[in-house]
Amino acid sequence: MEMLSGAEMVVRSLQDEGIEHIFGYPGGSVLDIYDAIFQSDKIQHYLVRHEQAAVHMADAYSRATGKVGCVLVTAGPGATNCITGIVTAYMDSIPLVVLSGQVPTNWIGDDAFQEADMIGISRPVVKHSFSCRTAEDIPIAIKKAFYIASTGRPGPVVIDLPKDVQSPLNKFPYEYPESVELRSYKPTLSGHKGQIKRALAALLGAKKPVFYVGGGSIIANASKQVLELAEKLNLPVTNTLMGLGAFPGEHKQFIGMLGMHGTYEANNSMHNADLIFSAGARFDDRVTNNVDKFCPNAKIMQIDIDPTSISKNIHADLPIVGSIEVVLQQMLDLLEETKATNDSESINAWWDQINEWRAKDCLAYQTSETHIKPQQVIQCLYKVTKGDAIVTSDVGQHQMVAAQYYPFKEPRQWINSGGAGTMGFGLPAAMGCKIAFPDRPVVCVTGDGSIQMNIQELSTCMQYNIPVVILLLNNRSLGMVKQWQKMFYGGRQSHSYMDSVPDFVKLSEAYNHIGIKVDTIDQLEPALERAFELKDRVVFVDVAIDPEEHVYPMQVKFGSMQDMYLSQTERTDA
Amino acid sequence: MRSIISVLLENEPGALARVVGLFAQRAYNIESLTVSPTNDLTLSRMTITTEVDCKATLEQMMKQLHKLVDVLRVSELTEGAHVERELLLIKVRTSNNEDREEVKRTCDIYRGQIVDITQHLYTIQLTGAGVKLDAFIDTINNASEIVEVVRSGVCGIARGEKALRG
Repeated sequence: MEMLSGAEMVVRSLQDEGIEHIFGYPGGSVLDIYDAIFQSDKIQHYLVRHEQAAVHMADAYSRATGKVGCVLVTAGPGATNCITGIVTAYMDSIPLVVLSGQVPTNWIGDDAFQEADMIGISRPVVKHSFSCRTAEDIPIAIKKAFYIASTGRPGPVVIDLPKDVQSPLNKFPYEYPESVELRSYKPTLSGHKGQIKRALAALLGAKKPVFYVGGGSIIANASKQVLELAEKLNLPVTNTLMGLGAFPGEHKQFIGMLGMHGTYEANNSMHNADLIFSAGARFDDRVTNNVDKFCPNAKIMQIDIDPTSISKNIHADLPIVGSIEVVLQQMLDLLEETKATNDSESINAWWDQINEWRAKDCLAYQTSETHIKPQQVIQCLYKVTKGDAIVTSDVGQHQMVAAQYYPFKEPRQWINSGGAGTMGFGLPAAMGCKIAFPDRPVVCVTGDGSIQMNIQELSTCMQYNIPVVILLLNNRSLGMVKQWQKMFYGGRQSHSYMDSVPDFVKLSEAYNHIGIKVDTIDQLEPALERAFELKDRVVFVDVAIDPEEHVYPMQVKFGSMQDMYLSQTERTDA
Repeated sequence: MRSIISVLLENEPGALARVVGLFAQRAYNIESLTVSPTNDLTLSRMTITTEVDCKATLEQMMKQLHKLVDVLRVSELTEGAHVERELLLIKVRTSNNEDREEVKRTCDIYRGQIVDITQHLYTIQLTGAGVKLDAFIDTINNASEIVEVVRSGVCGIARGEKALRG
């Protein structure tokens, strides 16, 4: 049998797992692994400028490809800098394996240099974690980590690797396990047959159904089934922020995103529905608004691979545990077999009602002579990229505007931190996507607050020539904070101004990138055209937008789903 | 409502921390927790007593426990017929013969055992449901001065055919 050191086992196990790209930062506790990486020609490593960015890159790489993202960092601060990235992945169920160095086993617990209890610190935000106490533990721990990260409801897994375990001095027989089985971990994939029958019957009997599709449908690669079922039964489809792209954004049955900044038609359809059919969504507080007023007349049908997501916030009358793809296929097969159909008359009447809500045109906005509106920027982006770009975003107003005004055609095209709401996610995320898909246009839609949270990665872009487009919706303030302060805090704008926003064009140029400043609407389209034409350069487009613009619609706090502000002056429940 | 949850989990380093962490993280209440390896040394058996506001919270708690990768089985004992026991070790000080006799009598009534003795100190062992131990402590307090109290927390098992096995 082949004899390898612990460090070599780490690299070989990753190779044998099929890993091509890894994101990380070296340090004392992982020098042996980095030495083994140096000698591997199969794994491309990307050196970031801050470990948090490494995790976001691996995370977005995973969101865009469906593969498991992989991170390598050193002990102590190297590991703890990953925590925000791990939380981000955990909240959105993204499969990651984070390898972190650790002080030698005989020093653990002694407060040694760069010692931090990574297993303990990360415990609440990982799906699982392993600590390897001997080199022989490494291959099986890595195999299990990838298996756990990628199956069931995916999530991040941490592997702690003490330095002595990696030592090049000691060689051990290496064999990478072909498969792994865990008696205590067996995710349910197919739905209970009786429940499938009942679910289909309920769906066919519904007069006002809404198909509420979340990020779980994207993770499960269930878009084909979502589309087929929706089209067969003529169901109105709404997507959560995480679900955008699971159903084509320009499809006539798409009624837009729902929730806090959802469309008038989506939120009204939910509120007035008689059946909510949820696939891979978790009735998050940003969707339901006040749970006591949530969808008063609806029966709730919920498919989720994670039993804890079912009935957590809203009681599910008809729960199905299983993979969205498998369960929807089971429903489609049963539909095909029974040749059953729903009552098209009542569905048509329901559509008449929905179309009335649609006619409100809730995403219409006032343009201005003096200012560029953020909505215009996203619409222009859509036009220039023909709707084909992978769009990553940070967190705030720009994120909501991108979600509202860029109709995503396909899954894995919209990459954002939905659950955790991590500012600083967008740029490294765009880099991870570009590494996965070098030939596709990748744009990071960001704000002047968010971009400065991981702006050091412009340097990583320079080192590896990762030509992403950064589209900054610059309102010289923390827009979403400011919006809330204006609406709910008597206009007191406590610390939501950026009094000294840097010159982003010069900053980009300092990193040998191209910076373009856009101050007027006529400059916008040419700037974006140029940005996407320069395929081998990072282009930073800094667009000065109207600092007073708010995101609408916006649900009224403590109200039902249908209670919304539609503009600064119009409120549905007033 | 009070619930007793039995958990069968991998006897691995960190498994206990994951369970305890889960309760802290999700603001669930733990009244007592006992854990020990089973006859199969690769598995540990845990009994958790908890106070929940409603059935839905209990269900969510059990699902969350089951979601932990190390956890094999989770079951609720208070729903069905079950046996629950707790071990009490209590050390009491007595000042005169009369009190010492009262302590001995109380022990006999409660079927406790005196497991250690010095001139003035008795150490008593008693098993039973929590309420019995509470009552014993109250009673013994009248005849002696309590020096220290150690309670194991509840161990529980279902009656009859029902069993939690790997």
